[in-house]
Amino acid sequence: MAAHHSRSQFQRHFRRDEAPIPFTIDGIAYSGRRGDTVLVAIMSVTDRLRQSEFTSEPRAGFCLIGACQDCFVTLACGMRVRACTTPLEAQMAFITRESGNE
Amino acid sequence: MNDTSPAVVVGAGPAGICAAKTLVAAGLRPIVIDEGLRAGGQIYRRPFLDDGRSATDLYGSEAAKATRLHREFDALLPSIDYRPQTLVWNIADNQLHLMANGDHQQISFQNLILSTGATDRVLPFPGWTLPGVYTLGAAQTALKAQGCTIGRKVVFLGSGPLLYLVAWQYLKAGASVAAVLDTAPFTAKLNLLSAFRFDPRLVLIGMSYAARLVRRGVKLRYNVRPTGVDGSQHVEGLSFKSGAKTHSIACDAVAYGFALRPETQLADLAGCSFRFDDRDRTWLPVTDETGRTNRKGVYLAGDGSGIAGADAAEISGELAALALIQDSGAVADPGRMSVLAGARRRKAKLRDALEKAFPFPENWFEQVPGETKLCRCEEITVSSVVDTLHGNDLRELNRLKALSRAGMGRCQGRMCSAALAEVLSSTQKLTLTEIGRLRAQAPVKPLPLSLHEGGA
Repeated sequence: MAAHHSRSQFQRHFRRDEAPIPFTIDGIAYSGRRGDTVLVAIMSVTDRLRQSEFTSEPRAGFCLIGACQDCFVTLACGMRVRACTTPLEAQMAFITRESGNE
Repeated sequence: MNDTSPAVVVGAGPAGICAAKTLVAAGLRPIVIDEGLRAGGQIYRRPFLDDGRSATDLYGSEAAKATRLHREFDALLPSIDYRPQTLVWNIADNQLHLMANGDHQQISFQNLILSTGATDRVLPFPGWTLPGVYTLGAAQTALKAQGCTIGRKVVFLGSGPLLYLVAWQYLKAGASVAAVLDTAPFTAKLNLLSAFRFDPRLVLIGMSYAARLVRRGVKLRYNVRPTGVDGSQHVEGLSFKSGAKTHSIACDAVAYGFALRPETQLADLAGCSFRFDDRDRTWLPVTDETGRTNRKGVYLAGDGSGIAGADAAEISGELAALALIQDSGAVADPGRMSVLAGARRRKAKLRDALEKAFPFPENWFEQVPGETKLCRCEEITVSSVVDTLHGNDLRELNRLKALSRAGMGRCQGRMCSAALAEVLSSTQKLTLTEIGRLRAQAPVKPLPLSLHEGGA
């Protein structure tokens, strides 16, 4: 598995000065902004949400309105959330590595 | 079930809001169930929290409508039972099965208005699963609801009114628009002349986006076929054919789609009958002009009953509510109903013209390479679906789904059913009507494993 990708896919244009909300991806600390969805928080610091189940290709969501189900991310507790409709909460710990998938 | 079961409205976009408002005006206290955090639907979606943008910043030419609908809905709150962030995941025996915050609930209904809206209509092309490729609706939602753009240099690709609108919104927000690639020929836009007769304002606004893009130096191209996304880990560019030539353009994101498709799963589970609609190339629930269905007490409104746009959704939401009121034995203003029905017919004619101006690419299957993933969820390629058809007389869509696994994943075919239908009909030389439609299955969206019984 490649190292983390520091390239951010999304670019913020508003809410840039909102209070930071800390979270981690595979143990590495990042911060989002108050009002972020999980998807926006992650895609604003990196370029993928998860690996696909069968071919391990990177995925980053697709429809952003809760229809395509492409943006499921796994929390360290094993729970899965749909990133585009879930508000970011402080201390959320996301797992994106292959071993975290089923 | 008792006679006092309240009317239920599913969805709080323009159709649901207008339906709820009309029911409240008639003295009813409806339950309004919506998946969203705040009412408004997709088109009039409100940000999670205020980020300093005005209604004009957020909704452009439609700011006054958005503001009015939000205000009207907020004023309804004391008179309705509003359930945001709630998914209706099944309908069976006049019971709605709900999931809210991990809790399962069931409520019975006698009268139900489904205003479930639409999602982007997409067709696979090589690289469409790569990070940085999003639907046009997604690109707009990122900006509208979250104040983000899906990349720094974005190509807009496909067909439909959103193509030019979202490109312009991105440019205005400070992103770079690498190109606007319309899959329809320029001549298709001549159909806007007939659309003008039915809604001059809409057509002029739409054309002004294209004009503004050109003025800002954005390249518009017509009759484009995407051949692939460049990049292995994320979008680095887009290759496409325009005429006989293949071009490549550098970008870090692609927003694409071919107009919208209705969300009809709940209507299906409610037992509504469907008919094939040639214009929309899809199966639609059968309704009369007010939104009544073959199921007593079940009404449809908005794009979920056939794509017609936000203004038409307001009309059909009110109409469905008036039909419900009338069928319950109360007095509904028949004059008002016939005015609304007339307005709805005009919107349908507008939609006919717009569909011709932004047509669906009918020759997609002839051009898509076999190794392209058709089903994002199960990662099934086009050629593996075609292989499933080899040497057998498979003629029905659900059967193809069962054997190929395409359409079986988490999205339940929302993203691939249009393509799956094109593959089956083209390969077996059958019409889209003959191959049937994918049946909806509960749960209509994935449920958490921990779902447990909650209070009613």
